[in-house]
Amino acid sequence: MEALTTWLDNQLADNSIFTLQTLGYYGEGLATTVQLVFLSLVIGLVLAVPLAIGRGAKRRWVRLPIFLYCYVFRGTPLLVQLYLIYYGVVFVEGIQDTWLWVILEKPFVPALIAFTLNTAAYTTEIFHGAIKATARGEIEAARAYGMSQWLMMRRIIIPSAFRRALPAYGNEVIFMLHASAIASVVTIMDLTGAARFVYARYYAPFEAFLFVAAIYLCLTFAILYLFRYLEKRLLAHLKPASG
Amino acid sequence: MAESPIPLEVRNITKRFGDTEVLKGLSLEARKGDVITLIGASGSGKSTFLRCMNLLEQPNEGELIVHGEPIIFKQTRHGREPADWKQVVRIRAKLSMVFQSFNLWAHMTLLENVIEAPVHVLGKPKKAAIEHARALLERVGLAAHADYYPAQMSGGQQQRGAIARALAMDPEVMLFDEPTSALDPELVGDVLKVMRDLAEEGRTMIVVTHEMAFARDVSTQVIYLHQGHVEEAGPPDQVLDNPRSERLKQFLAPKH
Amino acid sequence: MIDLHGYGPRLLEGALVTVELALLSLVLAILLGLVTASAKMSRNWLAHRIGTLYTTTIRGVPDLVLMMLMFFGGQIGINQITDWLYTQFAIDIFINVNEFAAGVITIGLIFGAYMGETFRGAFLAVDSGQIEAGRAYGMNHWLVFRRIRFPQMMRHAIPGLSNNWMVLLKTTALVSVIGLSDMVRIATEASKATREPFTFMIIVAAIYLLIASVSEWGFARLQKRYNVGFTEAD
Repeated sequence: MEALTTWLDNQLADNSIFTLQTLGYYGEGLATTVQLVFLSLVIGLVLAVPLAIGRGAKRRWVRLPIFLYCYVFRGTPLLVQLYLIYYGVVFVEGIQDTWLWVILEKPFVPALIAFTLNTAAYTTEIFHGAIKATARGEIEAARAYGMSQWLMMRRIIIPSAFRRALPAYGNEVIFMLHASAIASVVTIMDLTGAARFVYARYYAPFEAFLFVAAIYLCLTFAILYLFRYLEKRLLAHLKPASG
Repeated sequence: MAESPIPLEVRNITKRFGDTEVLKGLSLEARKGDVITLIGASGSGKSTFLRCMNLLEQPNEGELIVHGEPIIFKQTRHGREPADWKQVVRIRAKLSMVFQSFNLWAHMTLLENVIEAPVHVLGKPKKAAIEHARALLERVGLAAHADYYPAQMSGGQQQRGAIARALAMDPEVMLFDEPTSALDPELVGDVLKVMRDLAEEGRTMIVVTHEMAFARDVSTQVIYLHQGHVEEAGPPDQVLDNPRSERLKQFLAPKH
Repeated sequence: MIDLHGYGPRLLEGALVTVELALLSLVLAILLGLVTASAKMSRNWLAHRIGTLYTTTIRGVPDLVLMMLMFFGGQIGINQITDWLYTQFAIDIFINVNEFAAGVITIGLIFGAYMGETFRGAFLAVDSGQIEAGRAYGMNHWLVFRRIRFPQMMRHAIPGLSNNWMVLLKTTALVSVIGLSDMVRIATEASKATREPFTFMIIVAAIYLLIASVSEWGFARLQKRYNVGFTEAD
């Protein structure tokens, strides 16, 4: 480990920007970005499944609020949503006296809330579309075998809808990674935050931003390949048999 | 009186797709008023031969002479290509093609389809083109359908419309690529009727078809292709009624 | 009545900036998208490579990072060029990056990549027989493009186009971070000054929703126009 650090130090000796210290900023930024994106995606996904089922419900009072929620969160910029929550919480009367303030004071939690609500809305629409696209024949077959509505949803519709939704959900994951860059606007030191810091310190926009762009590009490709691999495994049954 | 040039001469065309040679040196001469039908099993190369005539496919060897004007080719990295695409464009305007799947432009009404190439390729004034187009639509029995879009018409109507579109170019030669193969049986008759009329008025036509009755009644010459070469050719009464080749006999034998 | 503390007119101006920015970027993105789609479908090796490089890198990097690169790097880059011109040729010019123009160029450049993919897919969806018929009737490449491929491609492109526009519209909010006075920027200033973030942010959100709804209606009409001839009898 020490050998590696000295080696790196030597490699970086003749440039004034990419010192071990700045690389450290980028490293911490990467960790923050990954945490923020991963947490919001997981929570968003958990919220989206029941919402997607409710989005297609027969009862209007179930369907309509979910539709409105999706419409508003998909129709407005994430930045506005972030501002609303970030600036908004400060002005909730009396909040600063409660225990909640300890976590809400830092920008991480408001950002996480905004990102989660945003991705949940998009994911709900993706799943809703996938559920709607279930082949009529499969539903009829399930009914014919005496499955209840709930059993059919659980055993037939959701598993196949998950698979169909995979490519679109992959796009949503990449979209979320890119959208997370705005966390830096509310002073979070994520990847972009680190790049802004390095830029401000050395006044070197090309180095600071091209480097971070390269990191994002690598992350994007990693996600892309992960989803391609998942699709290959989970959607294999939709391909015509070979051999 | 000077002899007018032969509308279309094709000499020794060969065509390869990869390693397979689909046309093995085919020739043809369409004089004014000729109706030449190309028959043969699927895969015999008859459609490819037709498509080579207006260079939708590039022949690897051989000559094409349209109205006395030979097409000039050059050798490129991708194989042989016409040297002058302007010449190709000019020549294509003289040979109008009727496709198996009609290929009427889906975003235009029938009338717009018919005037499209005369106006934009030949530079004909729009008003004259419309007038001519209406007369042609009348001829093919579609006067009432001028403002219909292709999707709103039956296959037979679309194909008659496509024939009107071809006629609007005042072509030297009309090329028909299995014009009735994509039609329901009850719609074939109307299209064949229009084609018979064209033959009677002395149009030069080259027709790829499976309609033997049409070939017998209308053609001046029938060419039977087998695996890319001419197995037998001649006037219809000779080729269709007294075939010499065993393969042609089998091909013509009524199917059970 | 909601009290806007006198920020009403400025908010309206900001909304106008947002709309102008979005529309001009859209025009640029469509032009770039058409060029990119042609490059990616071209037989020319270099054009194909450049097109692919452009669409993959742009789509792999966050909009905000690209925007900062262009805004902060753009001025320095231009300064370096003008300095070089001065020392080498004694040509003294000063170009100040206009923030609005830089915004249009950046957003246009980003969405040109997305449009490129949309148009490429749409061009490939046009039935080859339609194009062949054009060629068979003596149309040259340009005429086939203008009269047949483009109008038929548009039918397939509109859903993607509409989607890209909606994302583009929301992306314009990012220029507020860089210092352009769009409606998000004004709303942030107003929020801080009046300590009423909900009022201003909700108004801004509502304006975005309004623009999105109007656009949706517009695209539906456009789709109908380009669908002409593709639906059975009306």
